[in-house]
Amino acid sequence: MQVSLTGGLRSAANGAETIDIEAETIRELMNKLLEAYPDMQDHMDPGIAVSIDGEIYRDSPAKKIPPNSEVFLLPRLQGG
Amino acid sequence: MTHDQSFTNQKFKVVGTRVNRPDGVDKVTGRAKYGADATAPGQLVGLFLRSPHAHARIKKIDTSKAEKLKGVKAVITSADLPDHTNGALLDKLTNCMARDRVLYDGHAVAAVAAIDRQTAKKALKLIKVSYEVLPHVTDVDEAMKPGAPIVQPGTKTRGVDPKPTKDSNVAGVSTFGHGDLDAGFKEADVIIEKSYKTEQTHQGYIEPHACLASVGPDGSGELWVTTQGHYTYRTDCAALLGMDLAKLKVTSSEIGGGFGGKTHVWIEPIALALSRKANRPVKAVMTREEVFKASGPTCSTSMDIKIGVKKDGTITAGSAHIRYQDGAFPFIWGQLGAMTAFACYDLKNVQAVGYDVLVNRPKVAAYRAPSAPMAAFGVESTMDLLAEAIGMDPVELRIKNAAKEGTKASYGPTYGPIGIGPTLEAAKNHPHMKTKLKKNQGRGMACGFWFNFGGQTCTDINIGSDGTVNLSLGTVDVGGSRASMSLICAEELGIPYEQVKANVADTSSLGHNDTTEGSRGTFSSGMATIFAAREAIEELKNRAAQMWDIPVEEIEWIDGEARAVGQQHDNLPPLTLKEIAAKAAGTGGPIAGHNEVVADGAGVSFASHICDVEVDPETGGTKVVRYTVIQDAGKAIHPDYVEGQFQGGAAQGIGWALNEEYIYGEDGTLQNAGFLDYRIPVCSDLPFIDTQILEIPNPNHPYGIRGVGETSIVPPLAAIGNAVSNAAGVRMTHVPMSPPRILKAIEDAGA
Repeated sequence: MQVSLTGGLRSAANGAETIDIEAETIRELMNKLLEAYPDMQDHMDPGIAVSIDGEIYRDSPAKKIPPNSEVFLLPRLQGG
Repeated sequence: MTHDQSFTNQKFKVVGTRVNRPDGVDKVTGRAKYGADATAPGQLVGLFLRSPHAHARIKKIDTSKAEKLKGVKAVITSADLPDHTNGALLDKLTNCMARDRVLYDGHAVAAVAAIDRQTAKKALKLIKVSYEVLPHVTDVDEAMKPGAPIVQPGTKTRGVDPKPTKDSNVAGVSTFGHGDLDAGFKEADVIIEKSYKTEQTHQGYIEPHACLASVGPDGSGELWVTTQGHYTYRTDCAALLGMDLAKLKVTSSEIGGGFGGKTHVWIEPIALALSRKANRPVKAVMTREEVFKASGPTCSTSMDIKIGVKKDGTITAGSAHIRYQDGAFPFIWGQLGAMTAFACYDLKNVQAVGYDVLVNRPKVAAYRAPSAPMAAFGVESTMDLLAEAIGMDPVELRIKNAAKEGTKASYGPTYGPIGIGPTLEAAKNHPHMKTKLKKNQGRGMACGFWFNFGGQTCTDINIGSDGTVNLSLGTVDVGGSRASMSLICAEELGIPYEQVKANVADTSSLGHNDTTEGSRGTFSSGMATIFAAREAIEELKNRAAQMWDIPVEEIEWIDGEARAVGQQHDNLPPLTLKEIAAKAAGTGGPIAGHNEVVADGAGVSFASHICDVEVDPETGGTKVVRYTVIQDAGKAIHPDYVEGQFQGGAAQGIGWALNEEYIYGEDGTLQNAGFLDYRIPVCSDLPFIDTQILEIPNPNHPYGIRGVGETSIVPPLAAIGNAVSNAAGVRMTHVPMSPPRILKAIEDAGA
């Protein structure tokens, strides 16, 4: 599965715009992401949101990622 | 239990009506209790000593004389607080109470609790603080220059490669976009490149931060507080002070405005610490000066925008570099701005870079769609310049390039169904666009985007024996949500709105609820209310089955009553909710529904605004003569309060665009910390703000709800900027467009 990185997340993955990770859920994606790129911890503390086919998930680690989905990692949003 | 949150196109009977809000009478009669309205036996007055310097080292704090003063029950400095060195909470606590250095004018250095205000004030004067004044920087561009005073030593810029080794005030750089900018600009017939600035503003909520804190010797505590998120306040205060979550009960008062500023803790942890030390309740209320100096205004910015367009109006490339000042503590405001800058448009080649920059100003907090209005000001102003350059109507230019379902958003993902196109079409066809302008008047329009989000939510429904319904919500009501949630509850149960009484429960009564921010209240609590009501209906059907002695599978819930289905039950008259509730004691006890949910999939939101402004060329004074907001709400549960959100965002945007501004002196101190010198708009400054609600359902909510509270503040700076520029005949690039700034622009253009 191809995962696209945005913003400051790229620097934690050696500048990569996309990375390949096989994961069935957001939780598995996050675990494998941290395993491969320990620097991601800095971004996980404030939070990382996951966009699956255009829908942004902030707090749904159990969310299944359907095969062939478009997956983006975004900074966790903050609102007023 | 997992519920299906998909949109179902349900037909409504109660939702969408304009009922009276349940908190209305209390608010207009003065009976409503706000943050400063609580009292407790033996309560003390908590006051803060604050830094007079923008940046200084604290050499020594001597509190001995203050502690000896009769009537003083507790004095607190950072030495009395838990040490969170290297912890994730350090910044939060350090902002509440300075440690070794003060980082901005108004930064708290000590606090006292005394038997009355007079004694507390006297005690503050007895506290002696020795400072070593340090160089300061308050301007975002100055802070980025080599040699600028470093606000937070140890800060290395995140998001750049290779990793920097030197300290910097640039805490982070975030780049979003796709395509090939150079190739895109080569395709352009016209390229406009322009720099803009926006000044720092405050949310301007009328109610200051206020709380009543009480901690007993057993470590249990209570906090009555004005907040947008009492669960978040509980989490933060408990973690900062080392308390157990379950032993700290936080109750949210009525809120006199928040707009993002009441999503963070400020005086509350210190009030609890004072109470713990004094073993007495402590009431703390910020003055207006403290609110300006030591709560969380929004960023000032400086930016460079470059957009290329073909003669037919196709945008070939867009680039933005936007520098956000975060105050003295880093956050992701620059990231958010970069994500939103070009989100309205379908662009092949786009790049937005956001910079998070530290300065000696108060910690920045969220302000309604944080970071988006400034980015929109730069991009939407440039869009008008492009339209003028190629001789195209500004609305047509936007329509031609508007994002739509399937567009790859400038921040990455592909859009689902969205409403930017329809809001622009509605703007184009709105009667406002066809009215004639008078002398010295100009018309402007702009569009804007905000994400919206959901989050953790927990809701209870309890049906009384008389059939009236208590709806307990955990999201603070900042804009009429008790009315909206009551409508949803009544709709699901099939009962009149008046039969439902909604309340915001304290933190001991419901599971965690995220803060009311990100336009999440109606989206997420609405979802939890629907599911809780449906659970209650299942229980009502069970009770009806007992009363009739028939299988529950043979019962349907229609229009607020249980109906037995099938010819064999023809002689059974329906049982109303009230009839079932009256028999609850004998059929299994209280009837309730409950739901906890993580509401994700909030659905992005777009708006288009139109405004007419009259400029006095002799004074630079402005008057907004007409204003129209068009926004996609997904589904307007209570249209009055949706319109209220649209109008409120526009009103705040008008103040931001035309007058509001933090002004710092050469010494780094705030010069206008009061409403006399920091001018927010009052009713006489504003026209009637017209609204048009569009309803493009969010596919991820049973009712199609999208958030509405924030997007309305995104377009005003640009819409007004375009209107003022058209009226004055000179492009305005600096917000606020106050009379002196407009006059100077006119004079400079004339020269």
